[in-house]
Amino acid sequence: MSEFSTLGIWVIILVIAVATYLIRLSFIHLFGRINQVPPRVKLVLKFVPPAVLAALVAPGLVTPSPDVAAMVIDDRLAAGIVAAAVAWWRGNILLTIGVGMAALWVLEFGPALVF
Amino acid sequence: MNEDFSAGARDSIGILLGLVPFALVFGIAADGAGLSVAQTTMMSAGIFAGTAQLVTVELIGANAGLTIIVITGIVVNLRMLMYSASIAPHFTDYGKRTRAYLAYFLTDHVYAMSIAEYAAEARSRDKRLYYLGLGVSIWVVWVATTIVGFVLGAGIPESLNLMFAIPLVFLAILVPAIEDLPQVVSALASAIVAIAAAYAVAEFGLPAGLDLLIAAAVGIAAGVTTEEAMDR
Repeated sequence: MSEFSTLGIWVIILVIAVATYLIRLSFIHLFGRINQVPPRVKLVLKFVPPAVLAALVAPGLVTPSPDVAAMVIDDRLAAGIVAAAVAWWRGNILLTIGVGMAALWVLEFGPALVF
Repeated sequence: MNEDFSAGARDSIGILLGLVPFALVFGIAADGAGLSVAQTTMMSAGIFAGTAQLVTVELIGANAGLTIIVITGIVVNLRMLMYSASIAPHFTDYGKRTRAYLAYFLTDHVYAMSIAEYAAEARSRDKRLYYLGLGVSIWVVWVATTIVGFVLGAGIPESLNLMFAIPLVFLAILVPAIEDLPQVVSALASAIVAIAAAYAVAEFGLPAGLDLLIAAAVGIAAGVTTEEAMDR
Protein backbone atom coordinates (compact mmCIF):
# COMPACT_ATOMS: atom_id res chain seq x y z
CA MET A 1 0.00 0.00 0.00
CA SER A 2 1.27 3.40 -0.86
CA GLU A 3 1.64 6.36 1.44
CA PHE A 4 0.86 8.81 -1.35
CA SER A 5 -1.98 11.26 -0.95
CA THR A 6 -4.77 11.07 -3.52
CA LEU A 7 -3.63 14.42 -4.87
CA GLY A 8 -0.03 13.20 -5.15
CA ILE A 9 -1.10 10.28 -7.31
CA TRP A 10 -3.22 12.52 -9.52
CA VAL A 11 -0.25 14.87 -9.99
CA ILE A 12 1.95 11.93 -11.05
CA ILE A 13 -0.64 10.70 -13.54
CA LEU A 14 -1.26 14.15 -14.99
CA VAL A 15 2.41 15.10 -15.39
CA ILE A 16 3.40 11.80 -17.01
CA ALA A 17 0.32 11.87 -19.29
CA VAL A 18 1.04 15.42 -20.51
CA ALA A 19 4.78 14.73 -20.97
CA THR A 20 4.05 11.51 -22.86
CA TYR A 21 1.62 13.32 -25.14
CA LEU A 22 4.21 16.03 -25.88
CA ILE A 23 6.81 13.35 -26.70
CA ARG A 24 4.35 11.75 -29.13
CA LEU A 25 3.44 15.08 -30.67
CA SER A 26 7.03 16.39 -30.92
CA PHE A 27 8.14 15.57 -34.46
CA ILE A 28 4.62 15.16 -35.82
CA HIS A 29 4.08 18.79 -34.88
CA LEU A 30 7.52 20.12 -35.77
CA PHE A 31 7.95 18.32 -39.08
CA GLY A 32 9.19 20.76 -41.69
CA ARG A 33 11.30 22.60 -39.13
CA ILE A 34 13.08 19.68 -37.48
CA ASN A 35 12.90 16.45 -39.44
CA GLN A 36 15.46 14.20 -37.81
CA VAL A 37 16.37 12.91 -34.40
CA PRO A 38 20.06 13.82 -33.97
CA PRO A 39 22.22 10.64 -34.40
CA ARG A 40 23.69 11.02 -30.91
CA VAL A 41 20.21 11.12 -29.35
CA LYS A 42 19.11 8.21 -31.51
CA LEU A 43 22.02 6.13 -30.23
CA VAL A 44 21.04 6.81 -26.62
CA LEU A 45 17.35 6.10 -27.29
CA LYS A 46 18.22 2.72 -28.80
CA PHE A 47 19.34 1.56 -25.36
CA VAL A 48 16.49 2.95 -23.30
CA PRO A 49 14.18 -0.09 -23.72
CA PRO A 50 16.79 -2.82 -23.00
CA ALA A 51 18.33 -0.91 -20.08
CA VAL A 52 15.08 0.14 -18.41
CA LEU A 53 13.34 -3.19 -18.92
CA ALA A 54 16.32 -5.22 -17.66
CA ALA A 55 16.47 -3.00 -14.57
CA LEU A 56 12.79 -3.74 -13.97
CA VAL A 57 13.09 -7.49 -14.52
CA ALA A 58 16.24 -8.34 -12.54
CA PRO A 59 15.18 -7.36 -8.99
CA GLY A 60 11.86 -9.15 -9.60
CA LEU A 61 13.60 -12.48 -10.16
CA VAL A 62 15.89 -12.53 -7.12
CA THR A 63 16.07 -11.04 -3.66
CA PRO A 64 19.06 -8.69 -3.88
CA SER A 65 21.77 -9.81 -1.45
CA PRO A 66 25.58 -9.70 -1.28
CA ASP A 67 25.63 -13.51 -1.13
CA VAL A 68 25.46 -14.20 -4.87
CA ALA A 69 25.47 -18.00 -4.52
CA ALA A 70 22.45 -17.92 -2.22
CA MET A 71 20.77 -15.30 -4.33
CA VAL A 72 20.72 -17.32 -7.55
CA ILE A 73 18.91 -20.23 -5.87
CA ASP A 74 15.46 -18.77 -6.30
CA ASP A 75 12.29 -20.26 -7.77
CA ARG A 76 11.53 -16.93 -9.44
CA LEU A 77 14.90 -16.85 -11.21
CA ALA A 78 14.39 -20.39 -12.53
CA ALA A 79 10.84 -19.53 -13.66
CA GLY A 80 12.16 -16.32 -15.23
CA ILE A 81 14.78 -18.20 -17.25
CA VAL A 82 12.07 -20.54 -18.57
CA ALA A 83 9.88 -17.53 -19.42
CA ALA A 84 12.80 -15.76 -21.15
CA ALA A 85 13.33 -18.83 -23.33
CA VAL A 86 9.64 -18.77 -24.28
CA ALA A 87 9.78 -15.03 -25.00
CA TRP A 88 12.82 -15.52 -27.22
CA TRP A 89 11.26 -18.48 -29.00
CA ARG A 90 7.77 -17.07 -29.56
CA GLY A 91 7.84 -13.35 -28.69
CA ASN A 92 4.33 -13.72 -27.27
CA ILE A 93 3.38 -11.86 -24.06
CA LEU A 94 0.45 -14.12 -23.09
CA LEU A 95 2.49 -17.31 -23.57
CA THR A 96 5.45 -15.85 -21.66
CA ILE A 97 3.31 -14.88 -18.66
CA GLY A 98 1.46 -18.21 -18.75
CA VAL A 99 4.55 -20.39 -18.88
CA GLY A 100 6.43 -18.23 -16.36
CA MET A 101 3.59 -18.35 -13.83
CA ALA A 102 3.08 -22.09 -14.38
CA ALA A 103 6.81 -22.69 -13.86
CA LEU A 104 6.75 -20.73 -10.60
CA TRP A 105 3.71 -22.63 -9.32
CA VAL A 106 5.30 -26.00 -10.19
CA LEU A 107 8.48 -24.99 -8.33
CA GLU A 108 6.62 -23.60 -5.32
CA PHE A 109 3.76 -26.05 -4.92
CA GLY A 110 5.08 -29.08 -6.86
CA PRO A 111 7.41 -30.44 -4.15
CA ALA A 112 4.60 -30.31 -1.57
CA LEU A 113 2.42 -32.41 -3.84
CA VAL A 114 5.12 -34.98 -4.60
CA PHE A 115 6.59 -35.47 -1.14
CA MET B 1 -17.85 1.86 -40.98
CA ASN B 2 -15.14 3.10 -43.30
CA GLU B 3 -13.17 0.32 -44.97
CA ASP B 4 -9.73 1.67 -44.05
CA PHE B 5 -10.74 2.24 -40.44
CA SER B 6 -12.10 -1.34 -40.31
CA ALA B 7 -8.85 -2.66 -41.77
CA GLY B 8 -6.93 -0.99 -38.95
CA ALA B 9 -9.35 -2.33 -36.36
CA ARG B 10 -9.06 -5.82 -37.85
CA ASP B 11 -5.25 -5.67 -37.84
CA SER B 12 -5.30 -4.73 -34.16
CA ILE B 13 -6.80 -8.07 -33.11
CA GLY B 14 -3.49 -9.94 -33.06
CA ILE B 15 -1.95 -7.19 -30.94
CA LEU B 16 -4.89 -7.18 -28.55
CA LEU B 17 -4.28 -10.82 -27.67
CA GLY B 18 -0.93 -9.75 -26.24
CA LEU B 19 -2.21 -6.53 -24.67
CA VAL B 20 -5.15 -8.04 -22.76
CA PRO B 21 -2.99 -9.95 -20.24
CA PHE B 22 -0.72 -6.89 -19.93
CA ALA B 23 -3.71 -4.64 -19.18
CA LEU B 24 -5.05 -7.16 -16.65
CA VAL B 25 -1.70 -7.28 -14.86
CA PHE B 26 -1.58 -3.49 -14.82
CA GLY B 27 -5.11 -3.27 -13.38
CA ILE B 28 -4.28 -5.80 -10.67
CA ALA B 29 -0.99 -4.04 -9.85
CA ALA B 30 -2.72 -0.64 -9.67
CA ASP B 31 -5.24 -2.06 -7.21
CA GLY B 32 -2.36 -3.57 -5.19
CA ALA B 33 -0.54 -0.21 -5.08
CA GLY B 34 -3.62 1.44 -3.62
CA LEU B 35 -4.84 3.46 -6.60
CA SER B 36 -8.54 4.15 -7.01
CA VAL B 37 -10.45 2.84 -10.02
CA ALA B 38 -10.70 6.41 -11.35
CA GLN B 39 -6.93 6.90 -11.10
CA THR B 40 -6.27 3.54 -12.74
CA THR B 41 -8.66 4.30 -15.58
CA MET B 42 -7.21 7.77 -16.12
CA MET B 43 -3.71 6.32 -16.26
CA SER B 44 -4.70 3.98 -19.07
CA ALA B 45 -6.73 6.64 -20.87
CA GLY B 46 -4.25 9.48 -20.41
CA ILE B 47 -0.78 7.94 -20.36
CA PHE B 48 -1.81 5.07 -22.68
CA ALA B 49 1.61 3.37 -22.52
CA GLY B 50 1.74 0.04 -20.71
CA THR B 51 5.35 -0.12 -19.58
CA ALA B 52 5.32 3.42 -18.19
CA GLN B 53 2.03 2.77 -16.39
CA LEU B 54 3.26 -0.46 -14.81
CA VAL B 55 6.55 1.14 -13.70
CA THR B 56 4.65 4.07 -12.25
CA VAL B 57 2.30 1.96 -10.13
CA GLU B 58 5.21 -0.20 -8.98
CA LEU B 59 7.06 2.90 -7.80
CA ILE B 60 3.93 4.36 -6.20
CA GLY B 61 3.51 1.06 -4.35
CA ALA B 62 7.15 1.23 -3.24
CA ASN B 63 6.64 4.80 -1.98
CA ALA B 64 9.29 6.24 -4.26
CA GLY B 65 9.59 10.02 -4.39
CA LEU B 66 7.30 11.95 -6.69
CA THR B 67 10.18 13.35 -8.73
CA ILE B 68 11.76 9.95 -9.24
CA ILE B 69 8.45 8.45 -10.36
CA VAL B 70 7.77 11.22 -12.85
CA ILE B 71 11.30 11.12 -14.29
CA THR B 72 11.17 7.34 -14.65
CA GLY B 73 7.76 7.39 -16.32
CA ILE B 74 8.94 9.99 -18.82
CA VAL B 75 12.29 8.28 -19.55
CA VAL B 76 10.45 5.04 -20.34
CA ASN B 77 8.37 6.90 -22.95
CA LEU B 78 11.25 8.81 -24.57
CA ARG B 79 11.49 6.09 -27.23
CA MET B 80 8.32 7.56 -28.71
CA LEU B 81 10.40 10.50 -29.97
CA MET B 82 11.68 8.12 -32.60
CA TYR B 83 8.20 6.95 -33.55
CA SER B 84 7.07 10.54 -33.82
CA ALA B 85 10.00 11.44 -36.10
CA SER B 86 9.54 8.33 -38.19
CA ILE B 87 5.80 8.67 -38.77
CA ALA B 88 5.75 12.50 -39.13
CA PRO B 89 6.38 12.51 -42.93
CA HIS B 90 3.17 10.50 -43.41
CA PHE B 91 1.06 13.09 -41.63
CA THR B 92 2.26 16.27 -43.38
CA ASP B 93 -0.92 16.56 -45.48
CA TYR B 94 -3.08 16.93 -42.39
CA GLY B 95 -3.86 20.11 -40.53
CA LYS B 96 -2.55 21.02 -37.13
CA ARG B 97 -5.63 19.79 -35.30
CA THR B 98 -5.70 16.42 -37.03
CA ARG B 99 -2.02 15.88 -36.28
CA ALA B 100 -2.65 16.85 -32.66
CA TYR B 101 -5.17 14.06 -32.11
CA LEU B 102 -3.30 11.52 -34.24
CA ALA B 103 -0.26 11.97 -31.97
CA TYR B 104 -2.32 10.91 -28.97
CA PHE B 105 -2.66 7.33 -30.30
CA LEU B 106 1.05 6.83 -31.09
CA THR B 107 1.95 3.66 -29.16
CA ASP B 108 4.55 0.98 -29.93
CA HIS B 109 2.04 -1.18 -31.74
CA VAL B 110 0.13 1.53 -33.56
CA TYR B 111 3.44 2.90 -34.80
CA ALA B 112 4.84 -0.46 -35.94
CA MET B 113 1.67 -1.60 -37.69
CA SER B 114 1.01 1.75 -39.39
CA ILE B 115 4.53 2.12 -40.72
CA ALA B 116 4.35 -1.41 -42.14
CA GLU B 117 1.00 -0.64 -43.76
CA TYR B 118 2.22 2.71 -45.20
CA ALA B 119 5.17 0.86 -46.76
CA ALA B 120 2.74 -1.43 -48.60
CA GLU B 121 1.81 1.29 -51.08
CA ALA B 122 -0.08 -1.09 -53.35
CA ARG B 123 -2.99 -1.09 -50.92
CA SER B 124 -3.12 2.75 -50.79
CA ARG B 125 -5.21 2.92 -47.64
CA ASP B 126 -6.19 6.23 -46.11
CA LYS B 127 -3.34 6.78 -43.66
CA ARG B 128 -5.34 8.65 -41.07
CA LEU B 129 -8.26 6.24 -40.98
CA TYR B 130 -6.13 3.09 -40.90
CA TYR B 131 -4.07 4.55 -38.06
CA LEU B 132 -7.20 5.55 -36.16
CA GLY B 133 -8.73 2.09 -36.70
CA LEU B 134 -5.72 0.62 -34.94
CA GLY B 135 -5.37 3.32 -32.30
CA VAL B 136 -9.00 3.59 -31.25
CA SER B 137 -9.50 -0.20 -31.00
CA ILE B 138 -6.37 -0.61 -28.93
CA TRP B 139 -7.29 2.34 -26.72
CA VAL B 140 -10.81 1.06 -26.02
CA VAL B 141 -9.69 -2.49 -25.22
CA TRP B 142 -6.71 -1.25 -23.18
CA VAL B 143 -8.82 1.01 -20.97
CA ALA B 144 -11.66 -1.51 -20.57
CA THR B 145 -9.36 -4.43 -19.73
CA THR B 146 -7.50 -2.30 -17.19
CA ILE B 147 -10.76 -1.78 -15.29
CA VAL B 148 -11.49 -5.52 -15.45
CA GLY B 149 -8.03 -6.22 -14.00
CA PHE B 150 -8.57 -3.68 -11.24
CA VAL B 151 -11.89 -5.29 -10.25
CA LEU B 152 -10.51 -8.84 -10.48
CA GLY B 153 -7.39 -7.89 -8.52
CA ALA B 154 -9.10 -7.85 -5.16
CA GLY B 155 -10.35 -11.44 -5.52
CA ILE B 156 -7.06 -13.18 -6.31
CA PRO B 157 -5.44 -15.04 -3.39
CA GLU B 158 -1.97 -13.77 -2.53
CA SER B 159 -0.53 -17.30 -2.36
CA LEU B 160 -0.73 -17.50 -6.18
CA ASN B 161 2.10 -14.93 -6.37
CA LEU B 162 0.33 -13.16 -9.19
CA MET B 163 2.57 -10.12 -8.82
CA PHE B 164 5.30 -12.25 -10.38
CA ALA B 165 3.43 -11.54 -13.64
CA ILE B 166 4.86 -7.97 -13.50
CA PRO B 167 8.52 -8.89 -14.12
CA LEU B 168 7.24 -11.49 -16.60
CA VAL B 169 5.48 -8.78 -18.62
CA PHE B 170 8.66 -6.70 -18.67
CA LEU B 171 10.63 -9.80 -19.65
CA ALA B 172 8.20 -10.55 -22.49
CA ILE B 173 8.80 -7.05 -23.88
CA LEU B 174 12.54 -7.02 -23.17
CA VAL B 175 13.57 -10.24 -24.92
CA PRO B 176 12.15 -9.47 -28.40
CA ALA B 177 13.41 -5.87 -28.13
CA ILE B 178 17.03 -7.03 -28.07
CA GLU B 179 18.41 -7.06 -31.59
CA ASP B 180 22.20 -6.80 -31.33
CA LEU B 181 25.23 -7.28 -29.09
CA PRO B 182 25.41 -3.72 -27.69
CA GLN B 183 21.80 -4.10 -26.53
CA VAL B 184 22.68 -7.42 -24.83
CA VAL B 185 25.54 -5.68 -23.02
CA SER B 186 23.24 -2.80 -22.08
CA ALA B 187 20.60 -5.16 -20.64
CA LEU B 188 23.11 -7.28 -18.70
CA ALA B 189 24.92 -4.27 -17.24
CA SER B 190 21.61 -2.75 -16.23
CA ALA B 191 20.36 -6.01 -14.66
CA ILE B 192 23.49 -6.45 -12.54
CA VAL B 193 23.55 -2.83 -11.41
CA ALA B 194 19.80 -2.98 -10.69
CA ILE B 195 20.27 -5.87 -8.26
CA ALA B 196 23.24 -4.23 -6.54
CA ALA B 197 21.47 -0.87 -6.39
CA ALA B 198 18.23 -2.42 -5.10
CA TYR B 199 20.24 -3.97 -2.27
CA ALA B 200 21.94 -0.65 -1.51
CA VAL B 201 18.63 1.23 -1.56
CA ALA B 202 17.08 -1.24 0.90
CA GLU B 203 20.19 -1.43 3.10
CA PHE B 204 20.98 2.28 3.34
CA GLY B 205 17.44 3.63 3.15
CA LEU B 206 18.02 5.52 -0.12
CA PRO B 207 14.99 6.82 -2.05
CA ALA B 208 13.04 3.97 -3.67
CA GLY B 209 13.23 4.04 -7.45
CA LEU B 210 16.71 5.55 -7.43
CA ASP B 211 18.08 2.04 -8.10
CA LEU B 212 16.05 1.86 -11.30
CA LEU B 213 17.31 5.19 -12.61
CA ILE B 214 20.95 4.38 -11.76
CA ALA B 215 20.73 0.95 -13.39
CA ALA B 216 19.09 2.35 -16.52
CA ALA B 217 21.74 5.09 -16.81
CA VAL B 218 24.60 2.57 -16.46
CA GLY B 219 22.89 0.21 -18.93
CA ILE B 220 22.45 2.96 -21.52
CA ALA B 221 26.08 4.10 -21.07
CA ALA B 222 27.32 0.50 -21.43
CA GLY B 223 25.31 0.05 -24.63
CA VAL B 224 26.50 3.31 -26.18
CA THR B 225 30.13 2.54 -25.25
CA THR B 226 29.94 -0.96 -26.71
CA GLU B 227 28.39 0.25 -29.94
CA GLU B 228 30.99 2.99 -30.35
CA ALA B 229 33.83 0.55 -29.61
CA MET B 230 32.46 -1.87 -32.23
CA ASP B 231 32.17 0.86 -34.86
CA ARG B 232 35.77 1.87 -34.41
